[in-house]
Amino acid sequence: MTHGPPVHMLHDHIVLAHGGGGELMGRLIREHILPRIGNPWLASLTDAAVLPWEGGDLVLTTDSYVVTPLEFPGGDIGRLAVAGTVNDLAVMGARPVALSLGLILEEGLPLAVLDRVLDSVAATAREAGVTVVTGDTKVIERRMAGGDAAAQMFINTAGVGQRRAGLDLDLIRITPGDAVLVTGPLAEHGLAIMSVRAGLEFDSTLRSDVAPLNGLLDAVFEAAGAGVRFVRDATRGGVAGVLADIADGCGRSVEIEERAIPLSPAARHAAEMLGLDPLAVANEGKCVLVVAAADAERVLAVCRGHPLGRDAALVGRVTASQPPLVELRTRVGGRRIVQRPYGEDLPRIC
Amino acid sequence: MNRSIEELRAELTAVCRAVGRPIQIMEVCGTHTVSIFRNGLRPLLPENLRLVSGPGCPVCVTAQRHIDAALELAARPGVLIATYGDMMRVPGRQGSLERQRAAGAQVRVVNSARTAFELARDNPAQQVVFLAVGFETTAPATVATVLAAERHRLENFSVLMCHKLVVPAMAALLDAGDVPLDGFLAPGHVSVIIGAAAYRPIAERYRRPVVVAGFEPDSILRGLVALVRQIASGRAAVENAYPAVVRDEGNRVALDLLERVCAVADVPWRALGVIPRSGLEFRPAYRRFDALERFGVALGEDADHPACQCGAVITGRLLPTDCAAFGRACTPLTPIGPCMVSSEGTCAAWYKYGRERAERGT
Repeated sequence: MTHGPPVHMLHDHIVLAHGGGGELMGRLIREHILPRIGNPWLASLTDAAVLPWEGGDLVLTTDSYVVTPLEFPGGDIGRLAVAGTVNDLAVMGARPVALSLGLILEEGLPLAVLDRVLDSVAATAREAGVTVVTGDTKVIERRMAGGDAAAQMFINTAGVGQRRAGLDLDLIRITPGDAVLVTGPLAEHGLAIMSVRAGLEFDSTLRSDVAPLNGLLDAVFEAAGAGVRFVRDATRGGVAGVLADIADGCGRSVEIEERAIPLSPAARHAAEMLGLDPLAVANEGKCVLVVAAADAERVLAVCRGHPLGRDAALVGRVTASQPPLVELRTRVGGRRIVQRPYGEDLPRIC
Repeated sequence: MNRSIEELRAELTAVCRAVGRPIQIMEVCGTHTVSIFRNGLRPLLPENLRLVSGPGCPVCVTAQRHIDAALELAARPGVLIATYGDMMRVPGRQGSLERQRAAGAQVRVVNSARTAFELARDNPAQQVVFLAVGFETTAPATVATVLAAERHRLENFSVLMCHKLVVPAMAALLDAGDVPLDGFLAPGHVSVIIGAAAYRPIAERYRRPVVVAGFEPDSILRGLVALVRQIASGRAAVENAYPAVVRDEGNRVALDLLERVCAVADVPWRALGVIPRSGLEFRPAYRRFDALERFGVALGEDADHPACQCGAVITGRLLPTDCAAFGRACTPLTPIGPCMVSSEGTCAAWYKYGRERAERGT
């Protein structure tokens, strides 16, 4: 083994050779990745991880993370990459077991940024009780020569989980009278990102809500597993997108109360300023639950007893009204349809 | 002052009943249109009160020839276009800024003119062109930025000037006489700059009441009550229902800035053609900041899509649902005209908030 100066003394930034499979790459892995998120699986540096399995249903998901900026109020791409994939498993009723971590680094990325992101991956994985068991690193050429754009990195995580017994999460079980809950204040991730995105900066106390929800959902499933019909994290497309999926998927309508929707004053103001509907803005630590009416209060209490669900609220009901639509009763007693967002909303002019 | 929504509704219903005939009021501004939809106010309005949207969405009124000029500028090497987000998807003769960006053009979404200026200051090798659309609300910020660029001796900042004035457009609509209008709900934010008194010609010359209102639902209802009261008693005056924010004389500092850098000009509006004295152009001393002049781009002719009825929509002659393309060929994903693009656009608001329930008043 070569003993030379640590990588950061050779380079403060990622260079193409870090992805070349040679000594430099070996040192990147040994000196930056393993000390932060190492464990026996990862440390073996084999081509794949071998995991024990107890039988039952295996749940597998994958997601890629390309957020800019890499670090934002309340989180970073590392926390997002762990929490996002953990949440995709958790809303399917699975206990996350292991994650893979694929890093795509642009040359020029400061190693200090990479280190912070890896620290964040490690911390979030600990928080979620999940292990990063295998990974991959690639380096790509800088796409924007010079200029003002910071070097980017992308992360792909895949996750496996074990499905809990005794759950039956299925849109077709949703019936009129079921309660619709959200687990806390909405729109904070999307608005926090916009508040720091180049060209849109505005002063704000908004912080991303990015968080692994498996602990919260464990508590919910434990308390009222059979009464939970459907869960989805309200990421891109926000709560509006999830509710549209619910209406389309079960053929029932959903009626929600604007007054009941949890929203911080900062988020309300930011959304208003940007001309965005908070219902259509992304969350990374909130989910929508559809629960049998009889279990609604219990689930709400369980959510509120968990730090990530303190401000959970019952926001509406499933109804038999046809055709299946999502309808909002506004603060002033009016009604309007909530549409599925049609793509990325662009901040408005005035 | 603190009447509840219920009380305001009851009052509005009572005064509309007293008028006893169909009443048509134009909400001039896109921000009002969106607030009315977002708060679900339309179904709460009395039977005989119909609201039509006016030419107050900055994106929608921008003439096709200005969009084409922006696209031409974006294609120039070394040019970066800084634009408000709404303009990205507006279709020009060939593509949109969004498509041009995907094809490699330098286009940045900014939230303020100030950010466009900073882009120029921080990237001296890049020519930054700010796409300046909007009414008197946004024009003072554009002008302040031009003055900052002058102070900093920036050679790489210019403006594609598309700013328009609200009151001349209202007058042009009344001159055209296509749409029976009983009064105008005037926007709070523009009025902060121009002052409530700016609407006096509408009341005095055209005998139509104008009420300035804010954008919260109670403020809108209060404005409508005030309008219908005037209509009931045959009056036509300018009334300020937003006195906490809007003054009679407007914002003198902002108006002086505008006056210093810009002159009032005859400018083209989408579908309305050239309206006399309805927009802004640079005074000669500032013409070097005019992007058209700097890059030798000439404004062409407008060539609106034949199926596009945006012109009729922004003048209140058609409701979005009257347009054959609405929701079929023309959707937010495949917009034919700007009214479907802008978050303040009438068609986008109807599509987003009302598409699947038949709207009363159609």
